[in-house]
Amino acid sequence: MLHTVSVLVENEFGVLSRVASLFSGRGFNIDSLTVAPTNEEGLSRMTIVTRGDEQILEQITKQLNKLIDVLKVIDFSDGSAIEREMILVKVTAEDENRAEVLRIVDIFRAKIIDVTPKSYTIEATGSPAKIDAILELLRPLGLKELVRTGAVAIGRGAKGWKG
Amino acid sequence: MKMNGARILLECLKKEGVDTVFGYPGGTVINIYNELFSFKDIHHILPRHEQAGTHAADGYARATGKVGVAIATSGPGATNTVTGIATAYMDSIPMVIITGQVSTALIGNDAFQEVDIIGITRSCTKHNFLVRDVKDLALIMKKAFYIASTGRPGPVLVDLPKDVQIAETEFVYPDTVEMRSYKPTVTGHPRQVEKAVDMLLESHRPVIYVGGGVILANASDELTGLSRKLSVPVTTTLMGLGSFPGNDPLSLGMLGMHGSYCANMAMTNSDLIIAVGARFDDRVTGKIATFAPGAKIIHIDVDPTSIKKNVRVDLPIVGDVKDVLAKMIKLADKHKDKADGFKAALTPWHEDIAGWKDKHPLGYKQSSTIIKPQFVIQKLRELSDDDVIVATDVGQHQMWTAQFFQFNKPRTLLSSGGLGTMGYGLPAAMGAQAAFPERQVISICGDGGVQMNIQEIATLVQNRLPVKIVILNNNFLGMVRQWQELFFDKRYSQTCMELPIDFVKLAEAYGAKGFSTSKPGEVETVIKQAFKEKGPVIMEFKIAREEKVLPMVPAGASLNEMVLNA
Repeated sequence: MLHTVSVLVENEFGVLSRVASLFSGRGFNIDSLTVAPTNEEGLSRMTIVTRGDEQILEQITKQLNKLIDVLKVIDFSDGSAIEREMILVKVTAEDENRAEVLRIVDIFRAKIIDVTPKSYTIEATGSPAKIDAILELLRPLGLKELVRTGAVAIGRGAKGWKG
Repeated sequence: MKMNGARILLECLKKEGVDTVFGYPGGTVINIYNELFSFKDIHHILPRHEQAGTHAADGYARATGKVGVAIATSGPGATNTVTGIATAYMDSIPMVIITGQVSTALIGNDAFQEVDIIGITRSCTKHNFLVRDVKDLALIMKKAFYIASTGRPGPVLVDLPKDVQIAETEFVYPDTVEMRSYKPTVTGHPRQVEKAVDMLLESHRPVIYVGGGVILANASDELTGLSRKLSVPVTTTLMGLGSFPGNDPLSLGMLGMHGSYCANMAMTNSDLIIAVGARFDDRVTGKIATFAPGAKIIHIDVDPTSIKKNVRVDLPIVGDVKDVLAKMIKLADKHKDKADGFKAALTPWHEDIAGWKDKHPLGYKQSSTIIKPQFVIQKLRELSDDDVIVATDVGQHQMWTAQFFQFNKPRTLLSSGGLGTMGYGLPAAMGAQAAFPERQVISICGDGGVQMNIQEIATLVQNRLPVKIVILNNNFLGMVRQWQELFFDKRYSQTCMELPIDFVKLAEAYGAKGFSTSKPGEVETVIKQAFKEKGPVIMEFKIAREEKVLPMVPAGASLNEMVLNA
C-alpha cells in the first residue's frame, strides 16, 4: 500500500543521506522523496512516498523519529492530506498529433511551456492520480522525456503541523 | 579564554568528567596529542590497534556506566574504529569517538589519509558530527555526550578536521543542551503502567524477560525488587546477565539458543511475558511463529523502535525501565491484597519450573583425563573475587561463560552480544581494568578470538593493567566447528587452527606471565597461581577439542525444540 509521510528535519549537513540510508539499510521502499526548506529558519520538510504493511509503516515512522535530526514525522492516513506533484514532459507533436496534445493539455489544465515544430513541452500539476492519468493519455503520442517531482503533501484543515 | 580547537576538545572532555581515553596518534590528530602532552587531567592509554582502543573504551563504558572515549586519526585510523563502533552500537553502549579529518579545504579531494568516516559510520552510530567551524566545537561535544548517554545510549562520532584543531576561539562550555529534535521519552505513561500491573496480577504463568536495557538503565534493584515482591521468575538474555542475581531461586538463567531448558520452557508455556529492556532478538525467540504461543506480551523499552519490531506486543510502554519498574513496585504495594492472592496462586507455576529445572539442568560430563571447558569456568567463578569483572570474546567459551559463570551483579559481564565481535574480549577487559585498577578483571577467550587482538598484551604490560587472560584452547574455531558437526556432516571447512601456538612464550615475549596446562588436576593450581600474579597473565587451558555448547536451539527452530544431547 502506498503511503505518504512528511518529515520535518533540522537543516543539518548530511540529513538527506541519513534519511535515505535509513531506508536502504532497513530495506524500506522509497517511491518518491522531495525535500526543501520550510518557512521556519533551519527547518526542511521531506515528503516521502513509501509502501508496506501496517507493521512496516509503524517501523518506518518510529525509525525516522529516532534519527537525531528529525523533529517530527507526520503519517498521513487516507484522505487526511492534499497531495500534489508536478511534471515537465516533452511530447512528440507533429501533424495531427499537435491538436490532440493541445486538447489533452486543455482538459487537464496543464500548460505548454516550450514549443518546437516537432514537440511540445508541458507543465502539469495535480494529485498523483491526475498526473498518472495525463501521462497515460500522452504516452501513445510519444513521450521523449519526463521529469516528475514526486508528491508534496499538506494536511487538510485549519491547523498547521504544530497543531 | 582563547584556545585552539585541540585544546578546546580536551577541555570539553574534562568538563564531561572524562578521566581516561583510549587513542592512537596520527597526522590529523597530532595537534590534539600536542595539547595532551601537557594536559594533566586526562589519562591516555595507547593501544596497539585502533579497533582495540575502541573496544577498550566500550569495556570501560560497560563496566562503569560512564561514556567511553576513543581517539583515532583520519583514514585508516578511523576505519579501524568501525568494528568497535558497530559493536557498541548493537549493544547500546554510550561512547564518544573522536576522529581526525583532513583540513576542511581538502575534504572531498581524496587527500592523504582521507576517508568519509561520517558516511561510513552513519548506520552504526547513534549520531555523528563533522565539525566545520571551531566555534561549533564545544556545543557539538556537549551534544555528543548528551546524545550518547541519554535515551537508548549509543556511540557518537565527532570528526574533527585538522584546521579546526588549529583554529582559535573563545572556549565556553554550555551547562545544558536543548535539542528540539531529540527528546527521548523517559517517563512511562502512568495509565499503561497501571494496565501492566493489572495484567501481571491477573496472570498465572508470568515470566520477566530481561535484556541489557536493565543494566544500561541501572535498574537492577528495581527489577530484583519487583520479581521478589511478587515471586515472578526472571530469565535474562546474554546482555542481561548480572541484572538479576543468578543465584536467586527465581532466576531461570539465560534463555534462547544456548539458554537453559527451564528458561525456554517457561517462555513457551507462559501466559504473560514482561519484556524489560530487551528486543526479541532472533537468538532469543527462535522461530517467531511458535514463540510463546499462549502469552500476552508487555514490552517496556526506552526505544520505541524496539517495540513491535519482531513480535506482536499487547501492551507497549515507552520509557526508562528504572522509572517504569519503580512505578510497578509502588502499584503492587497499593494492591497488596490482590498481589498476595496472585503470589499464592503461582505455586503450580513454580512447581512446573522446578520440574523443568530438575529434568534438564545445565551440565556436562566431567573427565579426569581431559579438561572440560565448563569445569574451567566453574573453577574461575569459585576462585575469583566476588566483584570480579569478566570480559568474554565471542564463540563457545562465551556461551560456556554465560551458562556456568554465575553472574550476580550488573556490569560484571562484558560481552559483544549483538554484533558478536571476535577480538572484543581482551581489549574490553583492558578498558574495564583501566577503570578499576584494583578489581579483578578476567578476559575469557577462545584461541581464535584472542588472536584477533593479541597485540594488546603489550598495552596491558606497558600500562600495568593486570588483566588475567584465560584461553580455552581447542585449536578450533569452536562454534563454527560445532555447527559443521551438527548441521554440515562434520565437514570442518577452515575451522581447524592446526598450528600449535606456545601461548606461554607469547606472554613472555610481551613481558607478561604465562601458564599452560592440559590436565584437569592442574586447573585449580594454574588459576590460583595466575590470580596471585601482580601483572597480566595468560592462562592457557588445552580443552576437550570437540566439546559442544549445549543445550542448543538450532537456528530457525522453536524454543522448545532444544537439542539437549548430541
